[in-house]
Amino acid sequence: MATLATLPPAAPAIQREHHWQERLAQGLLVASCAALALFLFAPLFMILVKSVQDKDGAFVGLLQFQQYFETPALRQSIGNTLMVAAIVTGITVPLAFLYAYALTRSCMPWRGFFRVLALTPILAPSLLSAISFIQWFGTQGLLKGLLGGASIYGPLGIVMSSVYATFPHALMIVLTALLLADGRLYEAAESLRTPTWRKFLTITLPGAKYGLVSAAMVVFSYTVSDFGIPKVIGGNFNVLALDIFKQVIGQQNFNKGAVVSLILLAPVFVAFIVDWIMQGRLQSQFSSRAVPYAPRPSPWFDGAMLAFCTIVVLLLLAVLGMAIYTSFIKLWPYDKSFSLRHYTFGLIDAGVISSFFNSVKMAALSALFGTMFIFGTAYLLEKTTGMRGLRALIRLLAAIPMGVPGMVLGLGYILFFNHPDNPINGLYHTMTILVLSTVVHYYTSSHLTAVTALKALDNEFEAVSASLKVPFYKTFFRVTVPVCLPAILDIGRYLFVNAMVTISAVVFLYAPQTQLASVAILNLDDAGEIGAAAAMATLIVGASTLVCVVYAAVTRLLLTRTQAWRRPSAAG
Amino acid sequence: MAATTYLKLDGIRKRFGAFEALKGIALDAVAGELMVFLGPSGCGKTTLLRIIAGLETQDAGTIVQGGRDVSRQPAVRRDYGIVFQSYALFPNLTIADNVAYGLVNRREGREKIRGRVRELLALVGLPDAGGKYPSQMSGGQQQRVALARALAPAPGLLLLDEPLSALDALERVRLRGEIRALQQRLGVTTIMVTHDQEEALSMADRIVVMNQGRIEQVGTPREIYETPATPFAADFVGKVNVLPAVVGQGGTCRVGGMALSIARADLPSGTAVKLYLRPEDIALSINGTTALNTLPAKVAKIEFLGAFCMVGVALDLPDTPGLTINLPRQAVADARLAPGSMVSVSLPPAALRILG
Repeated sequence: MATLATLPPAAPAIQREHHWQERLAQGLLVASCAALALFLFAPLFMILVKSVQDKDGAFVGLLQFQQYFETPALRQSIGNTLMVAAIVTGITVPLAFLYAYALTRSCMPWRGFFRVLALTPILAPSLLSAISFIQWFGTQGLLKGLLGGASIYGPLGIVMSSVYATFPHALMIVLTALLLADGRLYEAAESLRTPTWRKFLTITLPGAKYGLVSAAMVVFSYTVSDFGIPKVIGGNFNVLALDIFKQVIGQQNFNKGAVVSLILLAPVFVAFIVDWIMQGRLQSQFSSRAVPYAPRPSPWFDGAMLAFCTIVVLLLLAVLGMAIYTSFIKLWPYDKSFSLRHYTFGLIDAGVISSFFNSVKMAALSALFGTMFIFGTAYLLEKTTGMRGLRALIRLLAAIPMGVPGMVLGLGYILFFNHPDNPINGLYHTMTILVLSTVVHYYTSSHLTAVTALKALDNEFEAVSASLKVPFYKTFFRVTVPVCLPAILDIGRYLFVNAMVTISAVVFLYAPQTQLASVAILNLDDAGEIGAAAAMATLIVGASTLVCVVYAAVTRLLLTRTQAWRRPSAAG
Repeated sequence: MAATTYLKLDGIRKRFGAFEALKGIALDAVAGELMVFLGPSGCGKTTLLRIIAGLETQDAGTIVQGGRDVSRQPAVRRDYGIVFQSYALFPNLTIADNVAYGLVNRREGREKIRGRVRELLALVGLPDAGGKYPSQMSGGQQQRVALARALAPAPGLLLLDEPLSALDALERVRLRGEIRALQQRLGVTTIMVTHDQEEALSMADRIVVMNQGRIEQVGTPREIYETPATPFAADFVGKVNVLPAVVGQGGTCRVGGMALSIARADLPSGTAVKLYLRPEDIALSINGTTALNTLPAKVAKIEFLGAFCMVGVALDLPDTPGLTINLPRQAVADARLAPGSMVSVSLPPAALRILG
């Protein structure tokens, strides 16, 4: 007990008086947390509740899970989903690695060009690739013979389309991992006369391993979660995401849908946790003093890499090109003459064009309000003080969306916001709820971008402002926002592009007057209007491309105009 | 100068989880003085500075600044300017806008603000820098701007958190002289945190030596160096030789069986103590000497450090460590010292201090 006596008396800690500015910051933080709880946590929680209730709301425990596993067709979906996702991961990740390797370790020409082209699939809804593969390999397909009698409708088509859709996501992660490599390691290895293959095995691969695992997890989750591709090209091949859709939209069985949602959530959430750990290791591995690796020309290697990248890019362009081509011809494959009838007749006259403008509106609103909310919350989280428990909670909430498939989130939204006892059930079927679900769905990446940008700022800006008696919000608008503007624009672009292509969450939430372009593609495809579906997909690609071009131009202009303070001159 | 207390700290405690950062700090800063908190990293000096600034809240204790109890006041309501190691200049604002940052908020006329900015930039020796951006300036220049920005609203207290640590050696020496001159000219009460003893010795009116959340000693640089109060203070500020000894009769000590005279006779005979001795206080001769406390020694190594040499000698006494002696370069050359040379070392009684 002697040790206890030496401790200072546990007097009540001094309570500092709070300035109204601190109260304001803390109040805003509470509001942010409440919003995340309401629009993220509550809907997900409703799924848990529904999964243990029957249709009449009575508690039935795990009975529905038992029923699910007793249905062979449904059980089969689990195997199908995991198999397809594993194959897609096995193809996409090595492909992305080799491509990233070519971009970072060879001296092949036009690397910037190859990099941009490889990212184009991000601009298109996943449905586009499915439509395109049908055009190439479907019943009327140009290259149908290449499949040797196998049908594109089914696992084959799902795998091909998913590889196309996931390739840029994997590429970006692997590229970052390879770019972080420390050139000094290679110089050290060279001075020790290490052969190339050994450098690859002992430096390149270990350096990229977290990136590779992370990419694998992202590709796996994407494939498991995506419902557009199997819907269009899956034929009778059942997967979990499609089962949710059928239970909810087809049979109006929300409880069974909740059960399937939880089963779908499991592998995605595991992948998400693994990815989270890998991302953390990837960051800590990076040393700020690392010297970038500078490849040296090597004709044979560079030539081989150029050939590989050219083939990949041609394949990617063939997918995108076929969809665009389909939209501009009369009728595949009978009348290939140029025509705008899919746009004029198929979209405008059919009244479907409004869904494109809905999408643009939804994407713009998501980008505007999403960016404001996400960056503002990240700022309050990183740069203000007090309420540590709440901060930890917000960090956790901000991380969750990445581990939640869009179908699951969308179902949660129906269950929560369509509930008759919910006072804000008026939101259901409105544009607002589409924006909210989209912002929440893509929250995590945007949040991480904001946090990274904010962490790069000097930690003492807020302390200096306080000492100069300048309110924190003034410094936020005068310093934080201008300095972080590139990251803020990046978040806006990310939200816009994803809002244009998203389908999984919103497919449950739209009303006839708020139908979105991606949903319209699905419905047009269902109705056999593949030309009009391709036209709509082309419009989405066009709008996303336009926004990306504008983003690039604005960013470049901004960097030139602010070059005086962004780029350190000789002094320093 | 009438020594009025401007800042009074009493019983300041702070704990981070299981780690006790400050264990009851009481301290007075006199108006107009430059006080330096000196200590190794983790000693609590920065935490104490941040508590004074209101950027951290103490668990217990009071802070009275200029007669006003600010213990519970948030940072915005306290009166101080602060300069950080990282400069923390706003990168997107010009130098003039940075300096004016705290002035604009006070709704003064634009012309008045412009005049004040000019005045401050001239004060820190950067009269023409107003239109530049921070990234176009060197580290030392940026830190001068940070100083001007902190001083702009004419605060009653200036806080400097390791302001020179990010600069290169030459710039560091130049700027510490400038800061000191500026501080004396303005007469602003200043508290600076540093882990660099040379900086502390050269700039401070008074040094507060801190260790493990406690104050070891408060005193002028000379007091701290010449009469360190604790073994930690002796060891952290400057170099020191330590000799284990046993107190003998009538103002003597026995070191390795050899009797040495010491300057105090108040300790009971037979007490085991340690003697602390600065390297430059030891006299070394090659021809023998009649000085008090002379011991035979053998040169073990000579380290050349430019202006002076660090000579390591071994004493021919049982259980006694060697001594380090600082000698001017010329003295080493004149005496033709080399490893193996036999010499005599004299330990002046006044320089032999018993601590702790």
